[in-house]
Amino acid sequence: MGMAFSFILVVILILIVALGVLVPGLQYFFAVVVPYAALLTFLAGMVMRVLKWARAPVPFRIPTTTGQQRSLPWIKASALDNPSTTAGVIGRMALEILLFRSLFRNTRLELHQGSRLAYHWEKWLWLGALLFHWSMLLVVLRHLRFFTEPVPGFVTLLADLDGFFRFGLQGLYISGVTFLVAVTYLFLRRVLIPQLRYISLPADYIPLFLLLGIGSTGILMRYFYRVDVTAVKELTMGLVTLQPVVPDGLGMLFFIHLFLVSVLAAYFPFSKLVHMGGIFLSPTRNLPNDSRARRHINPWNYPVPVHTYEEYEEEFRDKMKLAGLPVEKEG
Amino acid sequence: MALPKPEELVPKSYQPPPTDWMDIPVKFRRGTYLYGARAKNLEAVGLPNPREWSPEDEDWKLPANWQEIILEGLRERLGRFRSLQIFMDCCVRCGACADKCHFFIGTGDPKNMPVLRAELLRSVYRREFTTAGKLMGKLFGARELTVDVLKEWYYYFFQCTECRRCSVFCPFGIDMAEITMIGRELLNLVGCNIDWIAAPVANCYRTGNHVGIEPHAFKDMVDFCVDEIENITGIRIEPSYNRKGAEILFIAPSGDVFADPGIYTLMGYMMLFHEIGLDYTFSTYASEGGNFGLFTSHEMMKRLNAKMYAEAKRLGVKWILGGECGHMWRVINQYMDTMNGPADFLEEPVSPLTGTRFTNASSTKMVHIVEFTADLIRNNKIKLDPGRNDHLKVTFHDSCNPARAMGLLEEPRYIIKNTCRHFYEMPENTIREQTFCCGSGAGLNSDEYMEMRLRGGLPRANAVKYVHDKYGVNMLACICAIDRVVFPALMDYWVPGVGVTGVHELLGNALVMRGESLRETDLRGEPLPVNDGEAKEDA
Ligand code: HEM
Ligand code: SF4
Ligand code: SF4
Repeated sequence: MGMAFSFILVVILILIVALGVLVPGLQYFFAVVVPYAALLTFLAGMVMRVLKWARAPVPFRIPTTTGQQRSLPWIKASALDNPSTTAGVIGRMALEILLFRSLFRNTRLELHQGSRLAYHWEKWLWLGALLFHWSMLLVVLRHLRFFTEPVPGFVTLLADLDGFFRFGLQGLYISGVTFLVAVTYLFLRRVLIPQLRYISLPADYIPLFLLLGIGSTGILMRYFYRVDVTAVKELTMGLVTLQPVVPDGLGMLFFIHLFLVSVLAAYFPFSKLVHMGGIFLSPTRNLPNDSRARRHINPWNYPVPVHTYEEYEEEFRDKMKLAGLPVEKEG
Repeated sequence: MALPKPEELVPKSYQPPPTDWMDIPVKFRRGTYLYGARAKNLEAVGLPNPREWSPEDEDWKLPANWQEIILEGLRERLGRFRSLQIFMDCCVRCGACADKCHFFIGTGDPKNMPVLRAELLRSVYRREFTTAGKLMGKLFGARELTVDVLKEWYYYFFQCTECRRCSVFCPFGIDMAEITMIGRELLNLVGCNIDWIAAPVANCYRTGNHVGIEPHAFKDMVDFCVDEIENITGIRIEPSYNRKGAEILFIAPSGDVFADPGIYTLMGYMMLFHEIGLDYTFSTYASEGGNFGLFTSHEMMKRLNAKMYAEAKRLGVKWILGGECGHMWRVINQYMDTMNGPADFLEEPVSPLTGTRFTNASSTKMVHIVEFTADLIRNNKIKLDPGRNDHLKVTFHDSCNPARAMGLLEEPRYIIKNTCRHFYEMPENTIREQTFCCGSGAGLNSDEYMEMRLRGGLPRANAVKYVHDKYGVNMLACICAIDRVVFPALMDYWVPGVGVTGVHELLGNALVMRGESLRETDLRGEPLPVNDGEAKEDA
């Protein structure tokens, strides 16, 4: 149900823009107003979200320790999986964010001969996730050529490396292909693995369909129904310089592409996609395991009622004396 | 209660049912849920809504405005815990955690997948605290807080042992233990605790320990172990209690004082302390290392934990040494100093035997006994005869909390390898940071819950069975008092022929004491293997 709903939703979105740009005058709306509004929503939404997180304190030091602690000097501590220093934490976080370290541990459970449990090698999710995110990063960076003039050297360099292989007359961007392949894999996995399908919500399918839509319109524009790149750049530079113009010849595919990107950006801060920011702030990962060596402060630590020793002795004094246990007060 | 046969208890499949999980109401079937907290136990510590009730009742006798109380409680906690906000907002439902939970593995119940356990709370969070959830409702995984939802929380938050295994695999470190802790806090706001937690809490508050042992009885129980040690070694040990001016306050989980086989571990501690001439004292007031407050609320954890520092201060000791216990060390490592510190009246712990400074404990001033003992062995301060443990083929169970909330992995192994000659590790996906829970932690170790405990213990037992079949392992060592209490039944059921021991029991057996008589039995009074030379073993 979630999947059908999300699919129809994205189809409707595509229809809206496809029909909309046919209406005279609405092109400006889809090419200028929507992207600006989406960008603003994205920025404001993310800032608010991160501020909201940051305002909540971290009362306790609760790293999940996944390696040997630092204790005695002759026992080798696991500096990255159980960091006791800030440098160690930075290393751990870098591994998580850049290489999805925790996901790399993944295994798959299987039951053999009725009762023997086995944990199998399963790095496909890790691989697919890494491929997807890194491809997307590359694609986004390559897009900077539309938003800069002159185009910075590193963007051209990235594009050259990425487009090393040829497709007909032009370079084939590997990242675009791996992006689509990886998103398709993530989608298939969600549909085909029964447990995953069971836990999936529309909120899980929507981004995947949007990304599939964005990726496939992008590829169509580049290799099959060539878009007028000069016109696109005119539009994007206009947007960047706050002097928007809508040139002729942008084409239907481009409008769909741009609209889906805008929807994704506007949807981002209100969805699970905020994991992009959350991963930096996760208290089970970004704190050193040093709370026995350095006191961690809880800003809302309030006094609580306790049962004092005096109250305890008051109740048990006679029994304690009889048993020969020392007491504070004789009477 | 008759238990199903082991073959019947293993799930047939892990396929989820056709019905959406939100449409499956929770069923309270004997053996799979825990009894509700008795009124007197809530009253003893001033917790709300004390009453007599049972989870099987239709009417849970909740306060009239219970929804308001819980939602307000949730709002307050969202403001207090960044962890909660991040964990509510960031799950991408990638499913990496799904098959990592022992309760899922043992039941096949999809709501035992950590991700769905979190959704139980997250769905209410969405509805009340997010725009999309408010507008779109169920379609966006949001739902109203109804009595059925509350019952589901009770069932599944007390079907999570806060073991943190899921959090090891989650790419964002989402920790179901943290969510369960807060979920239980919310349940406690309307009086929905389980009695197996509420009673120890009430006892601990008043008498200083979970079982409610009064001071004179505590002394009697320790003295019983003293007699046993004398029978076995010929050496009379004289422990002290509540003694001012001792150098070290020693706090063990009370399970080691009253429960078999924990008492053998206690004997091991005391033999070691005697042999090295440690200047230490027990306390009857702080006679509990464990802390069932951790399974109730952060506040209750703090209230019970306060006794450790208070007693250390009253007695004027220099530092505190803690026994083998799992969740006790979660509290000490991750909460104690923050909650009840600073312990500026204590000194940085230094081993009086080796001079080693425990710089890793320079602020809490509390050292784990396996750290302490590993350091003694390393510095040749004690004499060990591992041959006395030759009848044992040992494997080691990493308890969840020392493993995943501390990282105490090598120290116990070092002690075992120096006290036993036959040590075998379980498969690598089941030990160290990936260790499987005993299935009875976080206050779920009650008899009425036996079926669920056996299910939850399946993955651990399965790994023990592997080394039992392959190497003939007959002894499961651990550093947790709850483990020592719950594993015997688990082993008898899944892997008959495997006993359970604390690491310091192994040490007590191997420890060569000055002036001891020839040992004929081990600490359990069982005859030692005839020690006719090590050659036999080597052959
Ligand atoms: C710092 C940046 C980011 C990090 C470290 C990160 C990390 C992750 C990880 C570890 C996963 C779980 C594995 C998986 O399911 O692929 C994930 C899932 C996902 N991420 Fe990101 N991410 C980042 C940014 C983004 C951005 C900018 C998007 C933009 C759309 C995004 C979209 C997704 C989606 C859609 C999924 C779920 C895939 C599925 O349905 O299986 N991520 N991310
Ligand atoms: S592993 Fe983490 S992100 Fe993935 S489903 Fe589980 S809790 Fe959610
Ligand atoms: S903390 Fe442990 S018991 Fe709880 S959901 Fe995670 S794996 Fe399961």
